[in-house]
Amino acid sequence: MERAMTLTRGIGFGELVGQRVKTGQLAAVDQNKIELRNFGFHYGAFQAIRNVSMSMPAHRVTAIIGPSGCGKSTLLRSINRMHDATEGARAEGELRLDGINVYDPSVDSVLLRRRVGMVFQRPNPFQLSIFENVAYGLRVLGIRNRKTLAERVEQSLRRAALWDEVKDRLHSSFGTALSGGQQQRLCIARAIATNPEVILMDEPCSALDPIASLKIEDLIYDLREQFTIIIVTHNMQQAARVSDITAFMLMNREKRYGELIESGPTDELFTKPSDKRTEDYISGQFG
Amino acid sequence: MRTFNYRRRKLVDQLMRGLSALATGCAVIPLIAIIGYVLTIGSGAISWSFFTDIYQPPSNAPEPTAEAPEVAYDPNDPFANLTVEPEAGTTGSTEDVTNVYNAAPRGGVLHGILGTLTIAGIGLLFALPIGIFAGIYLSEFRNERFATVVRFCCDVLSGSPSIVAGVTIYVLVVLQTQQFSAVAGSMALAILMIPIVTRTTEEMLKLVPETMREAARGLGAPTWYSTFTVVLPAALPGIVTGVMLAFARGAGETAPLILTVLGSNIITTDIFKPMAALPLLTYRYTESPYPGENTQAWGAAFVLMMLVLLMNILVRIATRKSGGNSR
Repeated sequence: MERAMTLTRGIGFGELVGQRVKTGQLAAVDQNKIELRNFGFHYGAFQAIRNVSMSMPAHRVTAIIGPSGCGKSTLLRSINRMHDATEGARAEGELRLDGINVYDPSVDSVLLRRRVGMVFQRPNPFQLSIFENVAYGLRVLGIRNRKTLAERVEQSLRRAALWDEVKDRLHSSFGTALSGGQQQRLCIARAIATNPEVILMDEPCSALDPIASLKIEDLIYDLREQFTIIIVTHNMQQAARVSDITAFMLMNREKRYGELIESGPTDELFTKPSDKRTEDYISGQFG
Repeated sequence: MRTFNYRRRKLVDQLMRGLSALATGCAVIPLIAIIGYVLTIGSGAISWSFFTDIYQPPSNAPEPTAEAPEVAYDPNDPFANLTVEPEAGTTGSTEDVTNVYNAAPRGGVLHGILGTLTIAGIGLLFALPIGIFAGIYLSEFRNERFATVVRFCCDVLSGSPSIVAGVTIYVLVVLQTQQFSAVAGSMALAILMIPIVTRTTEEMLKLVPETMREAARGLGAPTWYSTFTVVLPAALPGIVTGVMLAFARGAGETAPLILTVLGSNIITTDIFKPMAALPLLTYRYTESPYPGENTQAWGAAFVLMMLVLLMNILVRIATRKSGGNSR
């Protein structure tokens, strides 16, 4: 419970910058960043997901795959309580971030979201300059020092592989004036600027062309050194390419709620799935 | 059979289009008539002094020259200069009266222009904060039951006759203070402006995509912060339009002003005293027995229209420069 109070995390770029880690080199058993125990979610009378139990390790990319309507996005958005404003939305079970149940009444959702950033399906930059877009989260945190802001914005844009394309028009160009792929990288830069611990990505490439998608995928691969990344995707090849852990979800046909079929290391899940339904889905035989 | 159906369909199509065009025409006729009348008759009253001079009683005497001594009017009597002074050398005979009756219009409506700007401006000062914050509440907290009640009241208020606002302020302010005043008029106008500002703000904020709010929320921004930094700026051009609409509505109101501002023939800066306003001048000049003043009524209406138009254009230009580059 004391840790619930420490949801204000000191900002400052971590020590983790620099060392590139390959999957094989990552420790075999990592600390679990997020753990779900019998987690379920309701919109009023409608139950969207039920009985999900899994863990998402720190500094790994966890992909959630599954057909439309299986509750992937609901699961993702419940991690930083994006549904708080939705009327009738209610969680059950446990969703623990570093051991703290985020649905505990003592957890402040605003502070939670400063630790768990988010990138959305459609790029949604603000109608502000490129600089102000990235600086937004920093300003929310009360950082006013111009030099600090400029440093952090540059650092974030570099990490999002966008710096070279926009460095000459940081203040003169609106974030909304960039191309779709650039906008999405801007949104990623905006999300990582505040140095969150977890980044949620809700189908970040679905509105982008293949080349822009590949850039984002490379970026995700690089970013997991510093962040724990949870990504929802329709694209199984993408999940296979970028993720270390994959979770497969499906809608229960009789009860109409989404449930977790299985989750595990991506290599295993794609080569020897333990459930017939997973095999059907990844081999494209799903009806 | 097929041809018959085809012809019939074409015929019905043209008939409906014709009816729509006819209805549109009927709606536009009064508009064009008003603008046309105001322009043709009103422009007859327009001269340089119409914009630079205040009320002058009808007279055949030559225009007062610069050397002529300024008449000191009692500042506490807004209608001190209403009295038609007998001209020097006249006897007040029937012929003189007829001459004054047919005299060309004199003086101008500068006091009315300044008065309208002051009264409507102060009204806007009252209405803006209330209206914008109420609009934010209705849009950002739209699910609360209180919001539904407020929204309904707002619609009722915007549909109520303006004289009701006038009577209300007359009872609450004018009778209490025993004083007609510009501020009382501003309050009455604010009552009429608030629902317009509130509803436009609400509608414009609702048009801002939900993804913007989500993006800000995902960055850990509290609702108030995202509202003022993201949602409100994105909706600003639309809100400004609503504010201009409210200003135009207020500037054109006559009934509430009769009960609160009273009117004046001179330029006053004291907002706690009666003041002139263009709609009041239009109203009074229309009632006047002097044909010259009847013409000036059209002139005042013309100036009022141009004033609102000018304000609209200026504000549009101003908001387009400061970040209208949307999408």
